[in-house]
Amino acid sequence: MSFVKGLKCRECAREYPTKLLAGCDECFGPLEVDYDYDAIRRSISRDTIESRSKSIWRYQELLPLDSKPVIGLGTGGTPLVRATRLGRVLGIDNLYLKNDSVNAPTLSFKDRVTAVAINKAIEFKLEAVGCASTGNLANSTAANAAAAGLPSFILVPENLEQAKITATSIYGARLFKVRGNYDDVNRLCTQIADRYPWGLVNVNLRPFYAEGSKTFGYEIAEQLGWRVPDAVVVPMAGGALISKIHKGFKELDRLGWLESPSNARIYGAQALGCNPIVDAVKRRTRDIRPVKPNTIAKSLAIGNPADGYFAAGIIAETGGWAEDVTDPEIVAGIRLLAETEGIFTETAGGVTVAVAKKLVEHAHIKWGDVTVLAITGNGLKTQDAVQLADAPVIEAKLAAFEAAIATRAGAVA
Amino acid sequence: MSQRVVIPAPLRRFTAGTDLVEVDATTLNEVLDKLEAKYPGIRGGICESSGSLRRFINIYVDGEDVRFLNDLATPVKDGTEVAIVPAIAGGL
Repeated sequence: MSFVKGLKCRECAREYPTKLLAGCDECFGPLEVDYDYDAIRRSISRDTIESRSKSIWRYQELLPLDSKPVIGLGTGGTPLVRATRLGRVLGIDNLYLKNDSVNAPTLSFKDRVTAVAINKAIEFKLEAVGCASTGNLANSTAANAAAAGLPSFILVPENLEQAKITATSIYGARLFKVRGNYDDVNRLCTQIADRYPWGLVNVNLRPFYAEGSKTFGYEIAEQLGWRVPDAVVVPMAGGALISKIHKGFKELDRLGWLESPSNARIYGAQALGCNPIVDAVKRRTRDIRPVKPNTIAKSLAIGNPADGYFAAGIIAETGGWAEDVTDPEIVAGIRLLAETEGIFTETAGGVTVAVAKKLVEHAHIKWGDVTVLAITGNGLKTQDAVQLADAPVIEAKLAAFEAAIATRAGAVA
Repeated sequence: MSQRVVIPAPLRRFTAGTDLVEVDATTLNEVLDKLEAKYPGIRGGICESSGSLRRFINIYVDGEDVRFLNDLATPVKDGTEVAIVPAIAGGL
């Protein structure tokens, strides 16, 4: 049973029935799913949720499906890792990592959003799905579309990492490399959504798709014992994740399920080579000036972030801040996380770790703050970003091994 | 001198359903004026009352976002394509 009341414009509050719709017909603002929270409160409790299996569907009453999900059943329920060793390096005593680099089926937080969007596409009886993507969404849409038996049409920027291309094509997706950057891809995808009767997960399925991100916030709070952290550091591309983590915390608060009020400070992380939201936060405005991306963090390379206006607002409203980091700092962040916590994240995770370091240095995050870093993707997909020394080749003889370790051969450069 | 203007679905209520409109102008601002002359009310769907573009609308002149050009003062040539695209898609 669904608790969805309908769709509502985030800008002008105009209401719409639940249907395939990209944005508000009046003001073009993005639409958001609206729920009957009183009915949800009467219907379920924390105990109900805790009794269910560990996936995003344990929060099904807060997700916009009308029927039981049929694909993506294993999505979510990723570990919240206590990161003592990384915390010592960064200067945070209570540091946690929300590790979506091991999400299912495609090793990124995007599995949460496509699980909701593709199930919704099935409910709407759509004949095909698709997306514009910087890679992770492409992988996830292709995989879940295959699982649903739906054809998928996927558009990515031409310069995407090979691993993300392979991990899309393998599912039988119709993949197109578009000349230009993500913003060009996105514009084309919006025009395709206008013309074809397909479900473009980040265009006309967007109101439903975006709801999947809330589960990232629900899980953090539940895993902390139904408490929100003092600080959360979130990577930003289009700016949607930060809004939805915030919405997730607020919903739990509204349902009376939190041990203490939801007052997390939310921090945004971007690469210096694509920092339009950080730039707005630092200018103390919500108005985004678009940029032309140039960074190794390709999954964050959105120069014209659709939700930037809201992301900048939430950061300011919660008392957070935003920072950007250089490409070498991103690589250092990836290596630091791998070497201290044994988690190999993609470039976006490197951005998050490096920004967290900067936020501590600038005293935005303090030693005692319960802090969560959003690790949203897996390093196996962006191996080209980290150039490590090749391993020495040795003879299969003990003497050769001992000679090699004596010269420190095999040590990481 | 004429330009093709691509009209997105939400604005086609002004254009009787047409998704491609030809106008004859020298700047983007004039393109919008000509559109308004043909389809009264459409400018209000694209711009705020202050005259600036609405927050959730992007306009591309031959594929380039006009905020990287000269906003509404961006010149248009014969054969230029002007695409009006809702800014509602996005990533992470």
